[in-house]
This record gives sequence, C-alpha cells and structure tokens, in this order.
Amino acid sequence: MPSVDLKQIGRRALNGQLHALGPDTNQTLWRIENPEGQHALACGLNVPITVEIAGHVGYYCAGMNQQAVVVVDGNAGVGVAENMMSGKVHVKGDASQAAGATAHGGLLVIDGDASARCGISMKGVNIVVKGSIGPMSAFMAQSGALVVLGDAGEALGDSIYEARLYIRGQVRSLGSDCVEKELHDDQKEELRALLDAAGVDPTVRVEEFRVYGSGRKLYHFNVDHASDY
Amino acid sequence: MCGIVGLFLKDRELEPSIGALLSQMLGMMTDRGPDSAGFAVYGEAEAGRLKLTVRGQNLDSVAVPLAAALGQPVTAKARDTHLVLSLPEGQEGAARQWLAQARPDLSVIGVGRRIELYKEVGRPTDVSERFGLAAMSGTHAIGHTRMATESAVTTDGAHPFSTGLDQCLVHNGSLSNHRSVRRRLEREGIDFTTDNDSEVAAGYLSWKLRQGASLAEALKASLDDLDGFFTFVVGAETGFAVLRDPIACKPAVMAETDRYVAFGSEYRALTPLPGIETARIFEPEPAHVYAWERA
Repeated sequence: MPSVDLKQIGRRALNGQLHALGPDTNQTLWRIENPEGQHALACGLNVPITVEIAGHVGYYCAGMNQQAVVVVDGNAGVGVAENMMSGKVHVKGDASQAAGATAHGGLLVIDGDASARCGISMKGVNIVVKGSIGPMSAFMAQSGALVVLGDAGEALGDSIYEARLYIRGQVRSLGSDCVEKELHDDQKEELRALLDAAGVDPTVRVEEFRVYGSGRKLYHFNVDHASDY
Repeated sequence: MCGIVGLFLKDRELEPSIGALLSQMLGMMTDRGPDSAGFAVYGEAEAGRLKLTVRGQNLDSVAVPLAAALGQPVTAKARDTHLVLSLPEGQEGAARQWLAQARPDLSVIGVGRRIELYKEVGRPTDVSERFGLAAMSGTHAIGHTRMATESAVTTDGAHPFSTGLDQCLVHNGSLSNHRSVRRRLEREGIDFTTDNDSEVAAGYLSWKLRQGASLAEALKASLDDLDGFFTFVVGAETGFAVLRDPIACKPAVMAETDRYVAFGSEYRALTPLPGIETARIFEPEPAHVYAWERA
C-alpha cells in the first residue's frame, strides 16, 4: 500500500502519481499523511482505487472524481466532491460549503454536518449527510437525492428541479418552489438503499423522513411569479 | 480574495506566544493575499496612557519634539516603518495636532489603550518579520493578507483599518455601496484617509459604537446598511467579533478549545495552533454575530 507524506512530496507530485495510474493498477489502496488542509487533493481521479486521507483537507478535495473511493478522515473544505461523476467520497468529519456541487453521479457521504449550499446544482449525485446541512442547500438541484439525518437550514431547495430531498429533522425554511411531497414506496426503497450504502444505523426508519421536491411552478416564466425568480 | 486570521486567547499562558502563532497563521494565508499584510495585537495597557501607532519614515525624530510640544512624557518604540508612541491619556488630540503640523508625512493608523497596528506592502511572512510579530505578546490579535480588488496595492489600502479607540477591522470581500455610506458617515464627522471600501466598514462600526451601540449591535446594524460581500473580523479592547454577509459569500472557519478561539479564512490557517487536531471546528453561520470578550 503506497503511503504518501504530503509534507515530503507536496500536492502536485501526489496528484501526478495518482493520475499516472492505469485502470489495471495493483496499487489500489493509498494512504495520504499530513494533508493539513491543503487544497485540491485527490482531484480528477479516474481509476478504481481507494485513497484514504489522514486529516483535514482544503478546497475541492476529490473534485471531478470518477470510479475512485476517497475517504477523508477529518473535515473537508469548500466544494468537496465537486462535479463528481462516479465513485464514492466519504468525509468522516464536517464538510464546508458547496459539498457535492454540480456532481453528476456517485455517492457522497458526510458523517458530520455540511455547511451552506450543500448539493447546489446537483445533477444526479446521491448525498447522505448524517448531521445537519446549512442554508441554501440543494439550490437549483436538478436530479439525484440528498438525504439528511439532522436539520436543514434556510431556503432549502430554492428553485429546485427534479432532485429528491429527504430530511429527517427540522427544515428552517423552504426556498422558492420547493414543497413537501408524499413519501412514495419507490422513494422509501431509494432512501433505504442510500441509508444502507452510507452505513447508517439500520434502526433509522425511512418513515422518519419527509421528502421535499419541486412545485414545478418556476419551470417556465410566469409573470405572476416574477418576484420568485 | 483576501485571507483573515484571528486569535483570542482564553489561556493566559499562551499570551507570550500570540505573535508567533499569528505570524504562522498569516504565513499560511499567503496564497489568499500575497500583496500586503497587516495585523493588530492587543497587548498590555499602561495605566493612564494611550498608544498611538504612527507610520512613515524618519521616526527617530518624533518622540522628543512631541514630548516637548505636549509638555508631557512620551516614549516610543520603533519597528521598521512604524512607531508606537505612548502618551498620557487625554493627549491624543494635542498629539494628532502636533503630528499634522510638524510631521504631515506621517499617518496615525491606530489609537487605543492596548492596540498596536502594523501593515505593509509585501508577502505576509516578510511583513511579519519586518515588524517582529513573532516576539509580540497579547491577549488577542487579528491579521489580514490582501489581494487587492477595490483599490490600489498600497500600504494605505492594507488592513486592518482602525477608526476608533482600540477598534480595528479586517475584511474579506467587497462592498458595493461604500461610496454612499462614506458620504453619509462623512456628514456624521467620521474621517477617512483612504479610498478603500473596508475603511468605510470600519468607520461605520465606529459611528455606531459612538452612538452607544455594543459591538454586536453595531455589526447587526451593518447587515442592513452595508451591501456587498463580506466576512468581517473586528477587534476591540476586550475581544473580537465575527460577521459574515447573509449569503456567506466569503469563507470562514473557526476553532475553539479550552485555550483559545481562532478564526481563519480557511482551515489551513489554523493548522499551526496547539491542539487544533482535537479543537471544535465550525463555520460561522451567515448574518449571525459571534463575539468573544474577556471581562
């Protein structure tokens, strides 16, 4: 298992080594020591490897991830797993703003809280936050699911398209055109599968969640809603 | 883009190390602000005396003639381009008047019982070194690394800005209505020395405090009157406060332990602090005033 001390080799060399791996590499488990909040760690990976980062990371960790599993044993800065396409990113601490922003696929699991704009403009990623999320989360979310075991901050799902937002705790306020919906059986199945995939305690029941989605009133310009745009 | 750091100590044993810690934190924020840097350190107050931080050249020939003009004892400590003058309380007006007449080349950048304020153009680590930050002691301190967006790269444009006794402000962001707020404040008698938008924010808070508002109240009012993007860290004689704009446009991370409360634009800035691995790390919420004060 390659173990890399970031203090010794630096970020560019680390990302260079990870990008040089072929699809059939045998070096499938990497351990990164001393990240010290540096930005852009393990970005742009496109091989089925696991990268464990021992500590807090800075901005855009695991951005654009494909196939890889990236585990952050600490907190993550702004934009963790931004634009992820596939694979999995697991933050064991808290995540800063814009976690999973614009991500198209894969699974983002945050064991702690995520701050503002979690899942902003998400386009198919699934996000499971075991704590709470900050204000303006899932703004303009287009598809995928956001699961939150704790509370959601102000203006949840403002201008949302077709993403599903499963919230177990309190929602401080809903954004424009985000409405509570009935929790259907197929959604219960999706939610159960996501909770299991994220390693959530099986005693947490899907019936404890409420689902929010689009009221579909902002899809087309309507002068009666001009103040909502 | 700019970088902000702040450190408020709960544990008195850390006081002699505050400069060393702050200089490392500033160094970590070089990427966010390589143009210029500045910091304010709140050290010991001397009974009945006031500190005036003055910036300029030829600083050897200030204290003696000033003391003669005031007829009062004045001591001075020079650090590179800055001079901290210690004078009896009540002499600020007379000292400013003398400086304006006898030494118009100098600028007074901070006044207070405890505040000392230093700022210069240059890389943050160089600026810290020039002023000997690492050896400074105090109860709390704030610092700023600047990447200029709204005004020129000059020492005048560097932060912190001080417009009131023991008050100072550092700002990451940009204000869009600073011209109109400035005109309003000028009518209220607040003086500005630069074209900088952040100085307007500092002046606004000083104006509110002058009207009797608490620091938290002044910051809360700024949410209605200041338009733009901001994360502010504000220093006062007994502590510091933090405020982010209502959409939290600019980053902020805080850490709290039994020994200190620390602020950084990014987590990286906090990595030099002792016990950071086990500190409570959190992001301040938008439009919410956080304040720490020492009795």
